Amino acid sequence: MKLITVSGPPSSGKTSVIIKSIGELKDRHLKIGVLKFDCLVTDDDNLYAAQNIDSRVGLSGSMCPDHFFVSNIDDCLNWAIGQSYDILISESAGLCNRCSPHIKGCTAVCVIDNLMGINTPKKIGPMLKMADIVVITKGDIVSQAEREIFALKIRQANPDGIILHVNGLTGQGAGELATLIETATEIETLVGKELRISMPSALCSYCLGETVIGLNKQMGNVRKMKLD
Amino acid sequence: MNESDLLEELTIKDLLDKYPYSKEFFNINGLPIDDVKISIRDYINSLGYVFLEDMGLNQEDLLKRFRSFMDRMKAIREEPAFNIRDITILGGRNKSEKPEEIDLKICIGEIICIVGPTGSGKSRLLADIEWMAQRDTPTRRQILINGSVPPRDWRFSVEHKLVAQLSQNMNFVMDVSVGEFITLHAQSRLIDNSEIKTQEIVFHANQLSGERFDMNTPLTSLSGGQSRALMVADTAFLSTSPIVLIDEIENAGINRKKALELLIGQNKIVLIATHDPLLALMGNKRIVVKNGGIKKVINTTSNEKKGLLRLTEIDNILMKYRESLRNGQLLEIGDELLC
Ligand SMILES: Nc1nc2c(ncn2[C@@H]2O[C@H](COP(=O)(O)OP(=O)(O)O)[C@@H](O)[C@H]2O)c(=O)[nH]1
Ligand SMILES: Nc1ncnc2c1ncn2[C@@H]1O[C@H](COP(=O)(O)OP(=O)(O)O)[C@@H](O)[C@H]1O
Ligand SMILES: [Mg+2]
Ligand SMILES: [Mg+2]
Ligand SMILES: [Zn+2]
Ligand SMILES: [Zn+2]
Repeated sequence: MKLITVSGPPSSGKTSVIIKSIGELKDRHLKIGVLKFDCLVTDDDNLYAAQNIDSRVGLSGSMCPDHFFVSNIDDCLNWAIGQSYDILISESAGLCNRCSPHIKGCTAVCVIDNLMGINTPKKIGPMLKMADIVVITKGDIVSQAEREIFALKIRQANPDGIILHVNGLTGQGAGELATLIETATEIETLVGKELRISMPSALCSYCLGETVIGLNKQMGNVRKMKLD
Repeated sequence: MNESDLLEELTIKDLLDKYPYSKEFFNINGLPIDDVKISIRDYINSLGYVFLEDMGLNQEDLLKRFRSFMDRMKAIREEPAFNIRDITILGGRNKSEKPEEIDLKICIGEIICIVGPTGSGKSRLLADIEWMAQRDTPTRRQILINGSVPPRDWRFSVEHKLVAQLSQNMNFVMDVSVGEFITLHAQSRLIDNSEIKTQEIVFHANQLSGERFDMNTPLTSLSGGQSRALMVADTAFLSTSPIVLIDEIENAGINRKKALELLIGQNKIVLIATHDPLLALMGNKRIVVKNGGIKKVINTTSNEKKGLLRLTEIDNILMKYRESLRNGQLLEIGDELLC
C-alpha cells in the first residue's frame, strides 16, 4: 500500500488533479481509494463518485481538523488494506497555513495555483515547504512570465522538492504525477510513523467548549500578543 | 570543506553582497535580519526554539534548507542555455485512431502556422510540443529535439523551460506595476540589473500596441491588446525558451507582423495556431490539422507571399482606422480599400 497525502489551499485544484492522476493510474491497472478530510461540508465525494472513484469523507466538525486527521489516518490505512487498494490518496484542505498533514516516509504533495499571488509561497508554511512534490495548477490562464516568477518563488520556498505543472482541466502533466505516485514508497502500517511537523498546540479552555471572553476564562495553553 | 560550509561562515552582509538573491531566503522563510555582522551559522543558532517550532523547523533543518536554497539558486544561475537547432514531430494517430503519417522537422528561426477548424486539435498539437510528448498523450505523437529523445527531466525543469506559451486565455493577475513586473521576471531569471531590459521591453511593447502605457501602469489595468503586446515583448527579451507557442492571438489588437518579427529576431522557433490569413502567410509552412491529426503540410507559395504584401497593406489601413477611432476622429475611408 502506498499512502499519498495531498494538501493545499481551498480551490487550488486538489480534487481536479487527483481525479486526473487517478485516470492515468487506472489505465495502469492500479486500484485506488481516496479520503477527503474537511471541516464542515464537502462535495468532493460526489465529484469522485462521478468518476467511479471510491472515496470516504472525514468531517472534523468542531475539532481541529489536523488533530482529527492524525487520529484517524491509521484506521483509514487499515480500511484501505482491507479493500486491497494499491494506493490510498488523502485530500485535505490546508485549513491554517501552518499545519500539514504530511507524514515522514509517505509521499507528500502540495497543490497550489498560479492565481494565489507571489507572496503565497511565503505565507504557506510546512504544507508547501516540506512537500516532496509541489503541483502548480491554472497555468493556462496566467501569463508565461507570471508562471515563471511563481515557480521560482516556490523553488525558493522548497528548494528540494519536485515542482510539476499540472492542468486540472485538461490533465496535462497528470501522467507525470501518476508516475511519481506509482513509484512512491510502500508502507504496511502507520503505527509508529511520525508527522513531518508537530500539530498546533491547542489545549486551552476554549478547546474544551468555553465561549466567554476574559482573563479568568483563559486556562491551559495560552499565548499572548505583544502590543507595545 | 565544501562550498556550503563556507557559505554559512560568511557574515550576512557578505552573503547579501556576494549573492543578492540570498535575501529571498530570509524573506520567504520569514526570518528577520537585525545584525548583518554575524555569520549565517550564528544567526541560525541564535533563533529561539518557539520561533522555529512555529515554522515546524529546528536549527539543523533550517541550516539544511539554507544550503539547499543556495545550491539550487547557484545551479539555476549556472545552468547553460538550451542549445536547440531543431525539433521533429513524429506522427501518432488521429481521433479515429488512424495513423498520422508525418515526420516534420522545424528549425530555429522558422515560423510555422497551425490551421484547422475549432476542435480539430491545434491546441493539442501545441500541448504535445510543450510536453515533449513521447507517445504518452492521447495523440501518441513523439517530439524529438535535435533529432533525439529529450532527457526526461527537461519536463520537470521549471526554471528552464524549453517552451514559452502565449494564448488568448492568458491574463496578467499580479498586483504590481509594469516596471515591477518586469523586474520580478528578470529576478526570477536571477538577472540582477534589469533596468535596461525593462526599458527595452516597455519600448517594444508600445510599438506593438496602439495604446501607450509606461512603467507605472498597473499590470492588471492593461487592455487586452496592451497585455498581449507586453507578453510578446517580455517573451522576446526575457524568456530563455527557444520555442514559442502562440495560440490564437489574432483578436488582440496588436501589430501581429511586428510581434512575430520581434520573436524571430531573438532566434526562436515560433509555432502559431491561427485562423488569421496575415499570420498564416507569415509562416514558411503551415500544418493543416483535421480530426486530431496532421492532414498535410503546405509550404507557403510565392504567390501567397505576394498576397501577403497586399494583406499587410489592408491590415495597416485597418490599424490606421482603429487609431483614428481611438482618438475620436472621423474615419476618412478613401479609395485605398479598392483593388
Ligand atoms: N483554468 C483552470 N482551472 C482549474 C485548474 N485546476 C482546477 N481548476 C478549477 O478550479 C476550481 C477548484 O478546483 P478543485 O479541484 O475543486 O480544488 P480543491 O478545492 O483544491 O479540491 C474548479 O472550478 C476547477 O475546475 C487548472 O489547471 N486551470
Ligand atoms: N489525435 C487525437 N486523439 C484524441 N484526442 C484528440 C486528438 N487530437 C485532439 N484531441 C482532443 O480533441 C479536443 C479538441 O482539440 P483542440 O486541440 O482543443 O482543438 P482546437 O485548438 O483546434 O480548437 C481536445 O480535447 C483534444 O485533446
Ligand atoms: Mg477538493
Ligand atoms: Mg484551441
Ligand atoms: Zn492548523
Ligand atoms: Zn484551545
